[in-house]
This record gives sequence, structure tokens and C-alpha cells, in this order.
Amino acid sequence: MNKLTSKLKGNKLAQIILLVLYVLVTSLSLYLAQASVTAFLLLLFSLLLLYYTELPDRLKWLIAGVVLIGVIPFVSSTGPGYQSYMEVATVVGIYVAMALGLNIVVGLAGLLDLGFVAFFAIGAYTYGIFATGQAANFMPFGTFPLSGESFWIFILIGCFVAALFGVLLGIPVLRVKGDYLAIVTLGFGEIIRIVFNNLDKPVNITNGAMGLASVKPPEIFGYQFVYPNQFYFIVLAILFLVILAVRRFEFSKIGRSWKAVRENEIAAQSMGIHLVRTKLLAFAIGASFSGMMGVVFAAKQTFVDPTSFTLLESITILVMVILGGMGSVPGVILGAAVITILNLQVLTEVTNYLNQLSLDGVISFPEALAPAKMQRFIFGAILIIFAIYRPQGLIPSKNPVFDEESLKEGSKKHRKEQITVEPDKGFQA
Amino acid sequence: MLADILQSLPQVLVDGIALGAIYAVIALGYTMVYGILELINFAHGEIFMTGAFIGVAMLILMTGMGWLAAMPAILALILVLVVTSILTGFMGVGIERMAYRPLRNSPKLITLISAIGVSFLLQDLVRFITEYKRGNYILTGPSMFNEQFSIKFSSISSSFSDAFFKTSTLILIIAVVIMMIGLDFFVNKTKWGMAMRAVAQDRETASLMSINVNKVISLTFFIGSALGGATGVLFAVQYGTIDPYIGFILGLKAFTAAVLGGIGNIRGAMAGGLMLGILEMFAAANLQLLTGGIFGAEYKDVFAFAILIVVLIFKPEGLFGKAVTEKV
Repeated sequence: MNKLTSKLKGNKLAQIILLVLYVLVTSLSLYLAQASVTAFLLLLFSLLLLYYTELPDRLKWLIAGVVLIGVIPFVSSTGPGYQSYMEVATVVGIYVAMALGLNIVVGLAGLLDLGFVAFFAIGAYTYGIFATGQAANFMPFGTFPLSGESFWIFILIGCFVAALFGVLLGIPVLRVKGDYLAIVTLGFGEIIRIVFNNLDKPVNITNGAMGLASVKPPEIFGYQFVYPNQFYFIVLAILFLVILAVRRFEFSKIGRSWKAVRENEIAAQSMGIHLVRTKLLAFAIGASFSGMMGVVFAAKQTFVDPTSFTLLESITILVMVILGGMGSVPGVILGAAVITILNLQVLTEVTNYLNQLSLDGVISFPEALAPAKMQRFIFGAILIIFAIYRPQGLIPSKNPVFDEESLKEGSKKHRKEQITVEPDKGFQA
Repeated sequence: MLADILQSLPQVLVDGIALGAIYAVIALGYTMVYGILELINFAHGEIFMTGAFIGVAMLILMTGMGWLAAMPAILALILVLVVTSILTGFMGVGIERMAYRPLRNSPKLITLISAIGVSFLLQDLVRFITEYKRGNYILTGPSMFNEQFSIKFSSISSSFSDAFFKTSTLILIIAVVIMMIGLDFFVNKTKWGMAMRAVAQDRETASLMSINVNKVISLTFFIGSALGGATGVLFAVQYGTIDPYIGFILGLKAFTAAVLGGIGNIRGAMAGGLMLGILEMFAAANLQLLTGGIFGAEYKDVFAFAILIVVLIFKPEGLFGKAVTEKV
């Protein structure tokens, strides 16, 4: 095994061939054995393998795009499990975007936010209220519900409203830090949930605990998005933008100042970093991703109610970030995928299997121990184990290492290039 | 409006003091740990909850064996309180040993995350066990101390109405007062208490003065958790029904109380707890009246959190705390 990996290392062609083989085998098995969850999970796993190959970044993105846009929807499309696979993939996408948002706040800026799901709720309610008849209760002008075409605008509106609330939360945050901040954000999350839960009087805005039912599905040129396989592509598109934004932010000036604030606030301040602006920006950007996905979530579920936005959800997103690795973008994506699949697929499958066993009388299995109910237990254990043994997570975050010599050379070359433009070799050949 | 508020004021005060006493004792646990480790022990609310469950389980067990009928109820309660507080005390020490001590030198964020992990783990563990044993995780204990008393406030002035309370409220308040006086005595008058104060002030210097810091921290966790567990039992006796998720939100409010009084300050925690309890009961009774029916009693939690946020913003050192300046 060691020999094999050492042979593979550095041999890009072999890596590509192996990866393609792997994708082919798993997609074929998914194509033939439609009901197999394992095949679907193995196919998703190919993306992780892709991450560990030594291919150039551009090629990696290309292959990932092909797998996500082409292979996965196509090979799972022929069987009965299609919509449920697409549902899982969509939810994974939603959580990945939220975890990336929280990663900016916790991982990069070091501000522990325990009420993060509040922004998701704000996004979901922003669309939910206007895409049902609910808005007519407090807005006498205009006709509600708005048509499904407004969904695309609402992705932006949800983004802005959530960012606005992020800034609002950020203002008190500027006075407190550390543990206090965790408690304040936790309180903020609870306040938002309680308010949404009770805002059905005196003016019925959120319809209280009953929730908003039959939210209009998105629509473009008369084409309605109803099924999970259609939402999959919306989520994929937004996710692409989010990942692009996060990667740009991380190594930009603002990303570096987030990290500086995380390491030492006072030192960062004395180096000329504007503390207020930096922290508020972290909150606003993190929240905005969550708000966008909230809009998608409301449209996908066609139902919004306060029970979807409990503290458990906030902790779930936190677990994703910790498990993957605070501050590491690929790590957080992995963490979000693992936790979501664990919750949606693995735990329910195991529960069903055990229930079947106890129905058949093979073993007697108490209902109380059903793995589907073990979420909190598992999350708690993950948090403790990772905090003690691996606080940097599954894929630790890396800072790019710059070689001073080559940088100097590069800038020299750059200057030279500006003066004398080298002829493109492609033309000569 | 004012007349209505005055009418219900005595009852609000009695209920508020009972609730506030519970907050105060839990707040003590937060404040002691924070004073010594500068760590918010998120799991403290869960220790309280576990204490409630252990206590109720013991009471149910004793009822089943006929002990409860055989001995005076107050003796049974004291027995349960002692056993529960010892159990939860060791639990607190165990938690510190497993989840906090290995992290003492890592960043605060990591310790906090581990504390949240412990809290979630405990919630589900208790739920498993209860659901496995009883089929349902919401537990109702045997009813004890249910005799009603009334204080004749109406004889003082006709604008008040009478306040009613149960014997259990009286027992709760007395027990809490005993616990607090005991703790105050322990911290201020005994040798171990002095060691605790020394460690809270400066851990390194204390260890140079031949104080076993680890032992003192364990002791702090033991005392805080034992008090929390005992309060859990009293809570269960007072309010009847408990479920595994009461600890978190109650713990959060107790933390609010600790912040309100100035975290790290034991007397402040007591005052903060009482204040928060009375304020919350007042809000629950009168919020609807005061806002003309716009906000109902369901907003009382919002009220508690709003207090927390306002205190943290404007007076982060708390009402009785001293402001500390940060050194670079």
C-alpha cells in the first residue's frame, strides 16, 4: 500500500486515470443499482479524492464541475431514488454555503457565533412572507403573493437583509468578546426564533407557530422549479459563487485582517486594522451567505416555520466548521457534507435497518436508542473529541507559503514582461 | 393599569423570589468556575438538569419501595438532596478532568466548544436513559409538599391581593439560603476557600505558594456542581415536570444573572439571580398589560436576553463587579 501511494505521488497521469476509473465504476454501479445509497456516497467521495490529487487547480475545478453538473444528476436520474439523492445533494449544498459563512465568522475572524441559524431564518422568512399571502396583512398596497419570478431578486434581497441583521448583531458585539460574545449571539438567535414564533399578533407577519405554508416555487419564463433535481442546479450555481467569493476573501487584504484580529485584537489594531469595520464585515458577509440559502430553503420546502431554526441547527453548523477545520475552506466543505449526509442518510438508514431487524424478531431494539435520535449525542462527542485531539479539524487550514527569492524573481520577470513582450510559443509551433 | 399591577405584585414577588433563588444558585456555579478558570462552563445547566433527573428517579424509586410513605417527607428530601449533590459533584469533577483540563493551555474558543459538546452529550445521555426506562423522556415526579399557604397581603392594604405559595416554595427558599450562607462561609472563612480565592486571583503565584491548583479547581467544580444538582432536585419538587432540555435555557438565564451581578463575584451572583427571577416573573405577569396587549408573556425570555445584552454592552463588569483593564 505504501509502495503504491509513493508511486502515485508525483505521477499525475496515473492519478487522473485512477480518478476517472473510480468515477466510472461508482457511477456505473449507481446507474445499475439505483437504490444503492452506498454507490451514491462513493460517487460523492470522488470529489474528496479529486481534492487530494496533485492536479493543477484549474483542472480540479473543471473535473469537479463535470462530476457535479454532468455525472451525478445523469447517472442517478434513471431510477426511483433520483429525487431523494438530489434532495440530499441540495441540502448538502445549502449547508456547505452556511458553513462557509460561519467559517468566515468563527474560523477566520475568531468570533464564536452560536446564533448563526438566525440569519438563515431571516432569509427564509424574507422570501416566505412575500411569496405567500402573508405580506398582505401589513402591506396594504401591492398584490401578494408575489409571483415565482421574484425568487431571483429575493436571493439578493435575502442576502442584503441577512447582512443588515449581521451588522445589527455586530454592533453590540463590538463591546464584548470571547465567551461573552458566544452568549450574546446565542441570545440573539433565541430572540429571533421567539420573535418569529410570536409575530402573529398584533399584526400577523409570520403567522406564528403555524408557519407559512405553500410558498410560491421559483419560476423563470413560465418554467416552474418544483423538484429537488431542479433546485440542485440553483444551489450549485449559488454555491459556486459563494466558494469563489470565500476564496477571494481569504487571501485578500480583508481576509488577512480577519486572521490578524483572530490572533490578537490589540496587536492587529496597533498595526492599523480598523477593528469595527473588520468585525462588522465578517458578520455581514457570513450572514449574507446564510440569508441567500434561507431563501432557497424556503422555496424548496414551500413551508417555513420556527422549528427549523433552533439552537440545534446553529450547533450543527458549528460542528461542520469544527469537524472540517476552522478557517479551511475545503475542510469546511467536507465537514458540511459529512454531517449532512450523516444526518439525512446514514442515521436514518441505520435506524430503518435496526427497526427491520427488531420487526423480524432477530434482536429486540429499544426505540429510545434509535440512531436517528442520536444527533445531539454524536455532535457533542464530535465537538469534545475534536476539541481535545484535533482542534485543527479534518483538513487543517493552510496559509500559502511564499518563497522570497522566487517572489523577487517573479516581480523582476513581471517587470521585464511589461517591457518586452515575449512571443507566444503557441504561434511558433 | 397601575392598580392591576399592584394587585398581582405580592404573588409576583413570591414566585419571583422562588425562581430567582434557583437562578442564584445556578449562577453561583457559573461564577465560581469563571472566577477561577475564566471559562463559561456551558455544561453547568446540564448538571442542574441531571441533578433534577437523579433526584426524581430516586424519589420514584423510594415511592416504589414504600420508603417515602414510611419516613417523613422532609427527611426523604434531605437524603435525596445529599446523594444527588454528591453524585453531580463528582460528575462536575469528571467533566473538568475529561473535557477542560487537557485544554487548559489552548485557545479559549476551543475550550468553549468542548464545553458545548459536553452539554449536548449530557442532554442526550439523560434522554436515552429516561426514555429507555420509562418510554418517555418527560418525567413527572411524585408530588410532595403541596399544601397551600397564603400570606394575607390584603390585610395590609386593599390594593394588594393575597399571595399563595406551596410548602415546597418555602423549603426551596430555606434550602437555597442555607446553601448560600454555607458557601459564603466556606469561601471567606476556611483555608480551602482562601486557596480558591488565591487561585482565582493568580494561578501561577498561587501554585508557587504551595497551593495544589488542580486540586483547588477540582474542588471548585465539585462544589459548584453539587449546588447545581441539589438545586435541580428542588426545582423538580417545586415545578413537577422536567425534561432533558430544561438545563440549557435555565442555565443561560442563570448565566445572565451571573453577568448581571458581575461574573466572578459570588455575592453578585446571588443578587443578580434574585433580581432576574423577580424581573422575569414581573414581565410574565405584566408585559401584556404594560404594552397594551402587543407583547404577551411569551416574550419573557426575550426580555431576559435583552437584559443580558444591555448589561454586557453598557456595564460588562456587572452591577457589583469591578472593571478590569486589559493588559497587553
